[in-house]
This record gives sequence, C-alpha cells and structure tokens, in this order.
Amino acid sequence: MNIVVLVKQVPDTSAERKLNADDNTLDRESVDAVINEIDEYAIEAGILLKEANDGEVTILTVGPERATESIRKALSMGADKAVHVSDPAVHGSDAIQTAKVIAAALKTIEYDVVIAGSEATDTRMSVVPALVAEAVGLPQLSNARKITVDGGSATIERVSDTGYDVVQASLPAVISVVEKINEPRYPSFKGIMAAKSKPIQTLTVADLGLGADEVGLANATTQVVSFEVAPPRQAGQVVKDEGDGGAKIADFLASKKLI
Amino acid sequence: MAEVLVLVDSVDGAVKKATLELLTAARSLGEPSAVVIGAPGTAAPLKGTLAEYGAAKVYVAESDEIGDYLVAPKADVLATVVGQAGEPAAVLVSSTPENKEVAARLAFKLGSGVLTDAVTVNDDGSVVQSIFGGAVTVQSKVSKGTPVITVRANSVTPSPSAGAADEVTVAVELSDAAKAAKVVDRVVEAKGSRPALTDASVIVSGGRGVGNAENFSVIEALADSLGAAVGASRAATDAGWVPHTMQVGQTGVTVAPQLYIAVGISGAIQHRAGMQTSKTIVAINKDPEAPIFELADFGVVGDLFTVAPQLTEELTKRKG
Ligand SMILES: Cc1cc2nc3c(=O)[nH]c(=O)nc-3n(C[C@H](O)[C@H](O)[C@H](O)COP(=O)(O)OP(=O)(O)OC[C@H]3O[C@@H](n4cnc5c(N)ncnc54)[C@H](O)[C@@H]3O)c2cc1C
Ligand SMILES: Nc1ncnc2c1ncn2[C@@H]1O[C@H](COP(=O)(O)O)[C@@H](O)[C@H]1O
Repeated sequence: MNIVVLVKQVPDTSAERKLNADDNTLDRESVDAVINEIDEYAIEAGILLKEANDGEVTILTVGPERATESIRKALSMGADKAVHVSDPAVHGSDAIQTAKVIAAALKTIEYDVVIAGSEATDTRMSVVPALVAEAVGLPQLSNARKITVDGGSATIERVSDTGYDVVQASLPAVISVVEKINEPRYPSFKGIMAAKSKPIQTLTVADLGLGADEVGLANATTQVVSFEVAPPRQAGQVVKDEGDGGAKIADFLASKKLI
Repeated sequence: MAEVLVLVDSVDGAVKKATLELLTAARSLGEPSAVVIGAPGTAAPLKGTLAEYGAAKVYVAESDEIGDYLVAPKADVLATVVGQAGEPAAVLVSSTPENKEVAARLAFKLGSGVLTDAVTVNDDGSVVQSIFGGAVTVQSKVSKGTPVITVRANSVTPSPSAGAADEVTVAVELSDAAKAAKVVDRVVEAKGSRPALTDASVIVSGGRGVGNAENFSVIEALADSLGAAVGASRAATDAGWVPHTMQVGQTGVTVAPQLYIAVGISGAIQHRAGMQTSKTIVAINKDPEAPIFELADFGVVGDLFTVAPQLTEELTKRKG
C-alpha cells in the first residue's frame, strides 16, 4: 500500500506571528518554522499503515525552500521519500490554489491513500484535505480519530460534535486525522542518519504542467485587503484565594454584568 | 436586491442559533434565502422560524439518501441552488467542521473563493477575520465569483425581521462522486441537556486539575448555576473523564463565548487556540505561574475544590 502524507511547514505557534506589510501575506521568514503539529500524527498514521501493509510513504509538501527542514524530519520519522513543490510563483496562494497544486503533484505519485492533518495552525482553515478530494475526484474521509483499512476500502471514525460518525469509502481516498489517532514517534538517531540520503524530488509549478496564472497571490481567489495588529488583551487581575476566591469571582462577574 | 444564500443548520426540528445569526448578517448584503438540506420533512418545522428571521425564500432540498453522506452532496446541492438563484451576493454557512468543508468544495465548484471564520460580514461581501489567536485582525475579500463565507458562531446578535419564506423545491440527485464516502453509523457520546459548546454564551471548562471523572461534578454544578455549557482540556478528554466532544482547542471546538471559565487548566497553546477570543476569561488554578492567567480578565490562585463550589454557591444565592 502506497501512502502520500501531506505535510505543511508553519510558523511556530508559540512565536509572535505576523503578516508582511508589503503584500499582506504570511511572514514565513521572521519566525521559526516547524512541521504543522497535527501533520506529525498524519505521518505516524502513514507509517503505521505501511508497516501493516507494506509499500512506501511519500511526503508531499507545497512550500518555500526552507520547508525541506520539515521534510527531513518527516523522513527521519520513517517516511521513504518526498516530493517538494517549491516555486516562488506559489507565494501567496490560497487554499484552493494550494489544493490544485497538491492535486497536480499527486499525479506524479502512485498511491492508494492520501493522509493529511485536520488543520494547519497558521491559516486554521481545515479545508485543504476536502479540496484535494474535490480536485482529484476521490472520496473524502476527514477528521479521523481511527482508521481501519480492509482490502480495497477504508473506514474511519470521524469526530462529530455529538460523538463520532463511522464513514466508509473505497480506496484510493483522502483521509485527514485529528490528534486522537495515535502518538507520533520521535525520530531515532538511526532514522535521522537515514533521512539524509532519502530522495527529495523538487518540482516547480511548470514541472506540474500548471500555468503561472493558476497560482500565487496575483491570481488568488481570495485576498487580504488590509490588516491591523489587534490591541493586546488588557492584563487582568489575579488574586490569591484567601477563603473568599469564589465570592470574588462572583463580584467580578456582577461588575461585568455577566450575572 | 440580490439573494444571499444561508445554509440552515438544525437539530431536532429546530433552527440552530448560528443560522439565525447568519440570517441577521445576510440582511446587510441583500435578501436572505434559506437553504435546507436533509431528509424529507426536515424543512417543514423550520419554516416558521426562518420566516421570522427574514428568509424571503426557503430552498428545500430533501432526499431519503442525503443523510447517509457528508460534505460532498451538500456542496453539490448548494452549487445547484446558486445556479437557481441567479447571481447571489454570497453564500453564508456557519463555521462548523463539516460546513467549512462544504463551503470550500462549493467555492471550488463555482470557481470562486472561500473565506473561513468571519467575525463580521461587511455589506460589500468582504469580511473581518481574527487570526493568530486574535492577535491580528484582517479585512479580506473573495476576488472572483460568488463569495462563499463561513461565519464564526456568536459573532452576530440574531434579530428577527419578517420574511415571506416562499418555498422553492430543489431537485436532489446524488452523483456517484457525491456518494463516494458513506456514513455507516452515527454514534452519540455526548450526554445530558446542557447547551452545546458552539452555541453557548457561557462555558465552564475543566482540566487535568479536576483529577477524575467523578470530580467533574464540581465543573458541572458551576456550569448549571450559570446555564453554561461544559468544556474540557485535552488532558481531561484523553483521560476519559468526559467525551472528546467536550474538548476545547486546536483539535477540539473553537469557541468565543461571552464568558469562559477555565478550571484546573494550565492554558497550553493548543487549548488557548480554541478559546482565547472569548470576550471575558476567568481562571481558577493553584499554580500562580499557569499561562492561563496571562489571558484571564480575572484569576484566582487557589484550590479549585474550594473556589469553584464557593462560586457555585454564591451564584445560586445571588440568583435568589
Ligand atoms: C496536536 C495537538 C493538539 C492538541 N489539541 C488540544 C486541544 O484541542 N485542546 C486542549 O485542551 N489541548 C490540546 N492539546 C494538549 C495541550 O498541549 C495540553 O497538553 C493540554 O491542554 C493540557 O491540559 P490541562 O491544562 O488540563 O493539563 P495540565 O497542563 O496538566 O494543567 C493542569 C492544571 O491544573 C492545575 N491544578 C491541578 N490541581 C488543581 C487544583 N486542585 N486546583 C486548581 N488548579 C489545579 C495545575 O496547576 C495545572 O496548571 C493538544 C496537543 C497537541 C500536541
Ligand atoms: N502547503 C501545503 N503542503 C502540504 N500539505 C498541506 C499544505 N497546506 C495544507 N496541507 C495539508 O492540509 C491540512 C489542513 O490544512 P488547512 O486546510 O490549511 O488547515 C494540513 O494539516 C496538511 O496536511
């Protein structure tokens, strides 16, 4: 079973994230970049499927040159190879364009299942896996907390706001996972060494047969018109409980007309 | 006036509050039309409320099968309705995980664009979004075609305004592609009669500090004294003290209530991602260094097992 895992590199959530003042796009330069946390769960899910069914795990990333750091980490966890779409033309692409690039890149890979994270911490849109399914015309199994693969079909438990739905589709399919799915492994020393020689194929938009007018900020379907840094949250009051902590909260709520 | 399509969310024959918010927001853009998608008989009990909140038309797309599928058929139906409606000013859906995916796939089909988690919809169809945990506010717009917008719950105060609610039947034909992923079972884990997290204007959440499942009654009692929903951190859901449906945060529910009370929760970045745009935040934690206090408008450093019950008692007393 061949598996593609979609991995995004994002600015570290614990750093102060910014937009670029000149074109209102995400500032990917000034902060540390990390693997989108949930994508590590997607990588783990891919490796577990491979271990149970044989085959290869291919990492697919659309992102700037420095995203190779994240790709190496994914390879050191145990993925076999990677496809990195890296092209300045992609800068400023929106979710729909990104999904189209991913769909085009998928055409260059043989796979039975595509696994993604449920949400990227930078855009927090939670739409790319659904869009990829739409773009490539495959079934969509999203927000999985459990995946079972049986012959030619996959069944997931999709988390819902009242519990979970059991959803089934034939393969190939696009699956996205939430963090309940597994516990990602840490790369071993051996894994880190091995990753250095695993192949990363770098592709441009032209390599994928996409026109320059299909991607990038100038052709995006959505646009950030302007932005402003919100005033920081007013520092609140913190008191030590002297036996009247509960009553003090009640007073505070009353003063705010919340009760 | 151009139509504005609003996808209706309902539960047990009642329109969800988030939909009333959308119908209210839609009026600044054009004339709201409601779109009901579901099993036969879904629309009938909803029409009264939809009329009361200004729906000029109610597009009814009912089918025996549609409930067996998620996302894809709904996007197909909405694309059909967009065609029927001529050139709608926008399509609005509430920001639930399923609706976000529906919105994205719809925009893809229409060749337009999708904006998620709007907190304000402007009258020209552009939106305001709050990103990076509320640190940055952006004005965005869809550059081509019909804007498809998902709106965050609790961003608009619903207000009634009479509408004709003229029924328009939509033929539903599910393509094979739309039927590719089938729901074979739906399992309900959430119990009780408390408000849903996403609708609630007050939420009380418990974390690892609560210690075990039985002790969660302390959180529930406080919630009940406020008419609040109960939430939890991942530590509490992973421990199995409460169902995962209660998880607030990055991979749980994102909420922005009037009041959020965090009890025995440290305030990890993934938890904050789901609650930090709440209007007022109160924290109870025994560790004065807990990061949740950086966010709190009011915090008490103390033992939750004394502070929370005292607060419950005070609130009950003051309600008289
Ligand atoms: C990919 C990923 C996704 C995640 N998604 C989420 C998410 O959606 N939501 C989420 O919440 N977390 C999420 N997490 C987990 C998150 O990182 C934290 O581990 C989690 O939020 C911690 O929960 P907690 O605050 O209850 O526990 P802890 O961090 O252990 O904090 C417990 C707090 O309780 C206090 N306490 C203990 N006893 C008492 C007492 N008697 N009285 C008062 N205070 C007391 C302690 O001082 C402490 O501050 C995610 C993690 C990852 C990696
Ligand atoms: N540029 C990208 N390259 C590869 N995968 C991506 C990219 N953007 C999003 N994804 C995948 O889609 C998931 C959801 O992202 P999003 O829809 O942006 O919240 C992520 O967890 C990734 O698995």
